[in-house]
Parts: sequence; C-alpha cells; structure tokens
Amino acid sequence: MKDTEIKRLLSAHIVSVLSISLTTIVPPLFLENFSVLGTHLIWLCICSICVTTVNIILYIILKPNPSSKRISFAHKVTKFLKCCVFFFISCILFHGIIVLYGAPLIESVLETFLFAVLLSTFTTLHCLCMLGPNIQAWIRVFSKNGAMSIWDNSLQITTMCSIVGAWLGAFPIPLDWDRPWQIWPISCSLGATFGYVAGLIIAPLWIYWNRKQLTYKSR
Amino acid sequence: MFTFILGVTSNWTKIPSPLFKKAVIVLIDALRDDFVFGSKGKQFMPYTTQLVEKGTCHSFIAEAKPPTVTMPRIKALMTGSIPGFIDVIMNLNSPALLEDNLIWQAKTAGKRIIFYGDDTWVKLFPKHFVEYDGTTSFFVSDYTEVDDNVTRHLDNVLKREDWDILILHYLGLDHIGHLTGPNSPLVGPKLYEMDNILKKIHTSLLSKEEESSLPNLLIVCGDHGMSETGSHGGSSEEEVQTPLLFISSAFEKRNGPLKQPELVQQTDLAATLAIGLGLPISRNNVGNIILSIIEGKPMREQLRFLHLNGFQLSRLLQENMPTYEKDPGFEHFKIAEKSHGNWIKLYLEGNNSEVLLNLGKKVLKQYLEALKILSSSLSKQVAQYDMYSMTVGTVIVLEVLLLLLLSMPKALSSRAEFEVPLSPPLFSLLFYLMCLMLCAVHVIVCTSAESLCYFCSISWLMAVGVMMLISALMCVILSAFGKMLENPKLPAKNPAVSNSSWSELDVLMLAGTVAHAVSLGASSFVEEEHQTWYFLINTLCLALCQEICRHYFLVKECDLQLSTAVKQNFEDIEETAQCRSVDIPSCDSKLGKVTSSGEFLKGSEKWMGLASPWIILICCRLLRSLNQTGVQWAHRPDFGHWLTSSEHKAVLSLLAAISLVMIFILVQRRCSLVSKIAMALGLLGVYSYRAAIGNVVFPWQQDSKDISKGIIEARFVYVFVLGIIFTGTKDLLKSQVISADCKTKSIGLWEVYSGLVLLAALLFRPHNLPVLVFCLLIQMIMTRCIWKPLKFDAAQITIMHYWFGQAFFYFQGNSNSIASVDISAGFVGLDNYVEIPAIFLTGFATYAGPLLWAIHLLCYLSSEVSRNSAAMGHGCFCYALICSVPVTVYIILVTGLRYHLFIWSVFSPKLLYEGVRVFITAAVCMFFTAMDQNPSQKIHD
Ligand SMILES: [Zn+2]
Ligand SMILES: [Zn+2]
Repeated sequence: MKDTEIKRLLSAHIVSVLSISLTTIVPPLFLENFSVLGTHLIWLCICSICVTTVNIILYIILKPNPSSKRISFAHKVTKFLKCCVFFFISCILFHGIIVLYGAPLIESVLETFLFAVLLSTFTTLHCLCMLGPNIQAWIRVFSKNGAMSIWDNSLQITTMCSIVGAWLGAFPIPLDWDRPWQIWPISCSLGATFGYVAGLIIAPLWIYWNRKQLTYKSR
Repeated sequence: MFTFILGVTSNWTKIPSPLFKKAVIVLIDALRDDFVFGSKGKQFMPYTTQLVEKGTCHSFIAEAKPPTVTMPRIKALMTGSIPGFIDVIMNLNSPALLEDNLIWQAKTAGKRIIFYGDDTWVKLFPKHFVEYDGTTSFFVSDYTEVDDNVTRHLDNVLKREDWDILILHYLGLDHIGHLTGPNSPLVGPKLYEMDNILKKIHTSLLSKEEESSLPNLLIVCGDHGMSETGSHGGSSEEEVQTPLLFISSAFEKRNGPLKQPELVQQTDLAATLAIGLGLPISRNNVGNIILSIIEGKPMREQLRFLHLNGFQLSRLLQENMPTYEKDPGFEHFKIAEKSHGNWIKLYLEGNNSEVLLNLGKKVLKQYLEALKILSSSLSKQVAQYDMYSMTVGTVIVLEVLLLLLLSMPKALSSRAEFEVPLSPPLFSLLFYLMCLMLCAVHVIVCTSAESLCYFCSISWLMAVGVMMLISALMCVILSAFGKMLENPKLPAKNPAVSNSSWSELDVLMLAGTVAHAVSLGASSFVEEEHQTWYFLINTLCLALCQEICRHYFLVKECDLQLSTAVKQNFEDIEETAQCRSVDIPSCDSKLGKVTSSGEFLKGSEKWMGLASPWIILICCRLLRSLNQTGVQWAHRPDFGHWLTSSEHKAVLSLLAAISLVMIFILVQRRCSLVSKIAMALGLLGVYSYRAAIGNVVFPWQQDSKDISKGIIEARFVYVFVLGIIFTGTKDLLKSQVISADCKTKSIGLWEVYSGLVLLAALLFRPHNLPVLVFCLLIQMIMTRCIWKPLKFDAAQITIMHYWFGQAFFYFQGNSNSIASVDISAGFVGLDNYVEIPAIFLTGFATYAGPLLWAIHLLCYLSSEVSRNSAAMGHGCFCYALICSVPVTVYIILVTGLRYHLFIWSVFSPKLLYEGVRVFITAAVCMFFTAMDQNPSQKIHD
C-alpha cells in the first residue's frame, strides 16, 4: 500500500519537474527573443500557468485525499470559487510580505506581483489542490507532526523548500557583480523555482528513506 | 661622447628655474566638480566659467583618493603621496607633518608663504608660514564667519609685495554641505562669493604682472567633493571628483570649442607646483607633472621637467620595491632617458629641424608613458603591514572569543556564573613557558625584520604585559577546556541547553548570526550591510509571527485537550503527550462555547499578539524608506531627503512636533512625576533648539528670522537630560545600597533610559525623530505582546535586541562609510570645538540605535528577574558573545583581505566602526554587571 503510494507520488512529482523544465525549453520555439532572464515576466506567467495546470490535472487524476461521499455539482462550484478567492488572497499576502522585505512599493509593481503569483502557485495552489479551501486542514498540516499521509509530508517539504529558496534567492541582490540575473525579481523567482524543484525531488526520497518511522494516525 | 652625456647628467638633477613668480592657491573645501563645470558653476560662478571657457586657464578634474576627509587631502595635495587610513582619526587632531612636502621645500628655498583659512594647515605646518590666521573648522553650523575671517585679510595682502605664495582655505561651502546638502539654496550665494574672491585675486595678480618678468599663477582646487547628502569621506564619484584650475597669463588663450576637462590625480598638483615654482619635487610624491602647464615651454625644458619627475619617482620605487629593476615603469623610464640623451646630442649639434621636433615629441611620449606606469605601480604599492602586530592582536581577540564560547554552558546555567579560573593557570608551568616562548618569538621577529613593529615602539612594560595577557588567556582556555572534558555531561543539566529540540526561531538566530559574520568577507555585503540586517529582522518578525500562532492556536488547544483527555481516560495519556498533533476543529467547537468576559480579554490579547509582528514589519518598512543608505542604492530618493529640502519645512516641523509628542507619550508611562515634567520640558527645548538653528519653524513665525547657534536652548535640554539621568542613578544607587525592592531599580533604569532618549532626541536631525518614535513603539509592542506572553528566555531576547539595535543603526541613516557620520551632532550646544564632549556626543548620536536597544534590554531583563533570577547574567553574557562574534570574524577576514582592492575604501572604515562598537559593547556590559551585582548577592545570602 505504502510503496504504491510513494510510487504515485514520485511519478506525480517527476511530471511536475518535467513541466517546469519544459517552460524553459518550449516557449523559444513559439516566441521570438524569449529567454528566462531577458523576458523574465513572460517566463513568470508561463511558469505559473504551467504549474497550475499540471497541478490541477494531477489532482484530478490522482485524487490524493479521496472523500467517500459524493459531492453535488453546486458544492463543487462553490469549492472552486473559494479556491480562487484563497489563491488571490495568498497572492496579495505574498505581495505584501515581499514589499515589507524591501521591494519597491510603486515601481516594478508588476514584477513583484508576478513573483508573488509564482510563489503562490508553488505553495498555496499546491495546498489548495491537496487540501481544498479548508483552513483547519492547513493548520493541521503545517503544525508539527500534523501530517496524516505522505501527501501531507510532501506538501510540507515542497512548500518549505520553495519559500526557503525564494529567501535564499535574495542574497545575491546586493552583490556588485552587475549580472543580468541580479535584477529584481529574477534571482528570487529562480531561487523559488529551484527550491520548488528541489522539494519535489527531495520529498519522495525523504519519505522513502523514512518510511519506517512515518506512522500516520487516521482519525 | 660618453663624457659628454655624463656632463649633461650632472646638470640634469639640478633644479630648473621657476616658471611662475607668485602663486596663489585657493582651496575651497568640498568644492565638487559640478560646482564649477556643471550648471551650478555657469549660474553662480560667471567669472570662473568665463575663464574656463575663454580665458588663460587650464581646467582639470582632480581625483581624490578615499578617505575624502580634509586633513589627508591637504597632505596629499602638499606631499603628492597617498596618506594612510589612520589619518581619518588624526583628522580631528593633526600633528605636524614630518614628511617632505612642498611647503617645507618652499620655505627652505626662502619663499615667504602666507596662509589664511582652516587651522589644520597651521597644525600640519607649524612654523612654515610668515603670516597666518587659522580658523577652526569644527563649528560646522557657521558658514559665513569662517570665510569672512579669510577674506578680510585679502585686500591688504594683495596690495603688498612681500610674499611669494599665498594659500587660502575656505571652509564655508563644506559647512553648508554638512548642514543642508549640495542642493541647498545656500550653495549658490556661497559659490558666487567665491567667484568674486577669485575675480579679485585674479585681477590683482594681472595688474601686478606688468613690471615683473615672470607671470603669476592662480590655482583653484577643492580638497574633496560632497556626496548627495552633503557629507564626505567615502569613495563615491561625487565625493572624489574635484575641480582643479590653473590660471595664469603664461598660458595661451583658449580658442576653439570647450572640451570636457581632463581627469588627473589630486597628487599631481604637488609635482606640478614644485616644477612651477622651481622647487625640488618632494620625496614621497607619486604624482605626475600635468603636461599642459609646461606645454608653452621649449621642448628641451619640457623634457627636463619630465625627467626630473621620472627620476624622483624611480628613486622612490627603488626605496620601496626590492625588485624595482623588473618594474615596467622603471624599464620604460630607462629607455626614455636613453632616447632623451640622444635627443640632447642632436640638439646640441645644432640640428634644429622638423626631425628634432618629432623626435622630441616621441621622447615626451615615452616619458609620459613611463611616468604613468611608475606612479600607478607606486600607488598600488600598499602600505607595509606590520604582520607581526596584526597577528598578536588577532590572537588576543580569538582567545577572548574562544573563552566566551567555552564558558557558554556554564554561563547560561541557572546560576549564571561566569568565573574565569585565573589563579591556578597563572601559577602553572605552562604559563611561564608560554611567556618565555613569546619573548623569544618577539626577539627573533623584531631583530630579523628591517622595519620596526608596533610592539617595539610602545613601552617595554606594555609589550611584556601583552605577552603575559596572551599566555594567561591561553592557559585559562586550556584549563576551561580540560574541565569540559572532565565532566562532559555538565551541559546536559543546564536548562538553557537541555531543550534539545531547537525551535525555528533558534535555528534562524544561529543561521542569521553565522550568515552575517560570513557575509562581512564580501565588500558589497559590507557596503550594503543594512540590507542584511533589514532582511534578518524581517525574517525574525515572521518567525515570531509563526511562534505566536503556535502559542495561541496550538498550545492552548493542547492544554485543553490534555485536561479533558485526562478526565476521560487515563489510557490515552500516551497519545495526548503528542499534543501538538492535535487538530483544531474538534476542540474549537468545545472552546467556542466556554466564552466569558475573561475569555474575551484573552481574545483581545491574542489578536494583539497576532497583529503585533505585522505592525512591527510595517514600522520597519517605513523606517527603511526614511533613510536610503549604503552605496548601490544610496542615490534613490528617500523620504528623509524630501523632508530636509527647504520647500517642505512645514511638513518637517509638523512631523518633528508629532514625533516629540509621541516620544513623550511612549516614555512617560513608567517615569516618576518629576521626570515626566522634566521630559516634557526637555522635549519642548528640543523643538525650540531645532527652531533656533532653522531646521523647523514655529507656526507663529512665518518669515525666517536670522539663524542662531541655539546654544541656550541646547544647554536647557542638557540640564534636563542630566537631571533625569541623575534621578535615575539616584534610584539605582538607593536600590543597590539599601537593597530596596526591585521596583525602585527598574524605575531607576527606566529613568536613565528616558534620559538617553531625550539626549538622542536632541542630537538626531529632525527628520530622524520618527526613528526614535518607532524604536520606542516597537520596544513597547514587543514587550507587551510578544516577549512577556511567550516567555522567551534571556538569550533569545538578547539576540533579538541586538538584531534590532543593529537594524536601527542603519535606520538612522548610518552606513559603513565614514561619510555618513553626522559630525554636526558633536557641536550641539557648544560654542566651539571641545574635544571630549564633541567626540562623546558624535559617538552617542551615531550609535544611539544599538545603545538604546541595549539599555532597553537591561530594563526588560531587570523586570524579568522575578521570573528568572539569572536573566541579567544570561543577558550580559549573550550580549558580549553576540557582539564579539562578528568583530572577531571580521578582524580575521580583514587580516586575510589586506591586499584587497577595496581595503581602504570599504574594509577599513568598517573596521573603525567595529572598533568603536567594541568599546560601546564593553561599556554596556560593564553597566550590566554593575546592575547585576545586587541580586546575585541576594541569592547567595
Ligand atoms: Zn574638507
Ligand atoms: Zn567636511
């Protein structure tokens, strides 16, 4: 049971990683002058959209937290709308935090906001797919020892890694190397992406290594 | 032929006759290049602009080397050498210049020199002037009298004939810069005044010229520029580039379009002037002759001048570099010398054709090339480092840090004992052996090295003392280490360390401390250190937010479930032990029903707690946009500049008034009534002081009245500062001697703290008053909503205080460049420069942020003593440790990076800041220990 779960997780994560790497390879075939550094904003949009679609498709296929009772269509719609609101709120929240960290308030609003959207897709969207718009479940997952399945564990790891990646990505900005990737928000968004990818790779491995210690209580 | 060349050579080193009869040097302090060549120059300096564009004038941009502070710059101008960094400190009290310099050469040559202006010159060249009048440069808020004191002599001197060199040093512009910045409306009139002075001197020089055979020379220069904030000391382009004008009828009138002025080095002036006045070039000069000045002379003389310069430079190279013969500059010079000899031969043969001229030009080019390489390799020739003394210093610092680290488990134990086992190691054999060994090393090093080390220059007893200190520290460390090995289980018993699970906050604090210390190795991170601290405190706030969430949402539920679970069944205890994994919904419904008024109060406290990190984050973001510091983004517009510009005086006044009221509200809550009144009057005094010196206005006073120095108002505030601190100290003494209750003590501490806040309010520029308000506000929010309810231990609180203190150092507008030190704070309420109070006040104003946070830490911990009796001891120890880590790492890094390109512009100023910080930390720790004496005795009794 557990091993098959881990395999499912691994395959899902590999698909995600591949989709992210495709965002750097495919667009130049259609768009002229496209490069991750040069037209960073376009890349941000493409990456966010791609990760979003892949996550949703994976969610529909895999159904990590299957619920027993059937849900009415109206309920599904409200759930979807709720998810959208949650996602938007999280974008605004991330934007606010980034500005508090020192990003300019008025200049380069678009850059900051797209970066916030990217961070939200890596963290909030992932959570929304797994847990749905259910705050209690979120708090449970993100409190210590709150994971109830390997999906929750992977969620913890990828979210942490993306945020830490974005955090570490801010370090090269003050250096006086005058490299193109030091421009706001390139280093941070690249950091977040690398963190996310690293999280996707680490999570199955970590779960695999610790599969003996991991015991999940079902409630 | 051989003898012929020899004959010429003997003639070569003789000094040629002067090119100019009289020279007037007008040094305008902080004259930036765009004040003459830019739009400001065109507008306010019409005469000079006309000279530059059409007159008999050569104009250059002279590049000054950092530190761009007056005294080292004067040295550079007059000796042609690059002074060391230590001159920044000497800037305050300069000893006489012993190095070979132009003034000395001129005096020995029998020239009569007159000087008026900044008295730094008089101190540097004490007996060199036949007539002088020094004005003190330290009273920065005066910018008319300093210059009038110079100008009043001018008419008289210009009429007279009994001088050869006249030096004028005008300080007014620099003072205006320090007061109000380069864009102030005061700059224009000052430049106009300078322009008139130049016109007067120039016409007078021209009128005298007819009788004499040689022309006169007028030199206009600046010692350094002025940054966009109006200060100087750093290495930004605005601070480094100064104009340099040579005006003389000997030059040809400029015709044709105006070119961009050529870039030269500031050190080039000394050599050029020496040649111009027929003096030997001073020994340590690294500058080149500026060719345009001697262009009008015949080729033979030009070559001779260049040869003199090259000869002097190559001799200097010989003295400083053992492998000088391999230096490309030296090789070039030898080649040029040879072709020069050939050229002379042709010349003497009477060959006076086009060929000779072209050949001469070739030789000239060779010489210029050689000079350029020579002086660049000489400038690169770094100062001789006294590696031995540096190692000794590093070893001492390392040993102290190691000692602190080793005693950490003991000092953080519940008894908070920090005892250095001194007597047993002192009598051990090892100690004497170490001493003996160090003495031997010292003797060997000092006899083998050709240059004297620092330890040989200090007194004999001191050197022995240092050696004993090193070996004693070594022995103490060894014994402490041995003790640790003996009972390795000791740390586990300590409550502070035994909490083996590290929270995210602890990880963050450790990682932040290490990351900051390591980041100091990169010059950009030193320049932009404020970014590191802002980043860290932001992350700290978010981590606190998470901690608070956990505290209010999870732990409480866990308690609740624990109690209910215990009631329900005992078997389930095992499960409830993992109470953190509890989910909320099941408990929430139970909780929701048990609401009462007490619950409601708890709820408001909870929401306050949850909101407080965000409020602090917003405060920090606002403060961050108040002062833009650092290097890369320093030019960005910030709120502080907007406020200080003269159009926004009303807004600034309003802001200052609101800030002062806020300060009063925030400080008074824990003061006694007397201090409250004193505080209110003091803050009123602060406002009237700022109004008196013209920073802010009273609403009833519309027209700007004449600006005074505000001495009475400032002294009025000082009286209250001293009064409040005195009452505080009295309370402290009372609690210490009679060992009264803790309350007297914490009131006393708070009063000392509020006295310091008042002093800071007086010394801070009005646009910085919000920094003080936010400092108090954040401290209050933190204490009320975060520290008290969450019961952090003393070590965590100390580190948080330290981080916020560091961040506030930069919020104030400080940076790691000398330029950002606000020296005007040292003159508040003083008539003229008095060394000790000025240094104290400047130091306090600069380090006000870290200091206020440190004293607040003391206040907070003394109120925590009831909960944890060892809090003060822990706090003191942690403060010392956390401050000494970056200093130690930085000293080691700088020692390693001593040949780095930015060593003088970036690393050394930071070292200076760190040095002062160590002093302040030591003072704070001493205060801590003094406060801690009493309770520890009580516990022992
Ligand atoms: Zn100066
Ligand atoms: Zn100055």
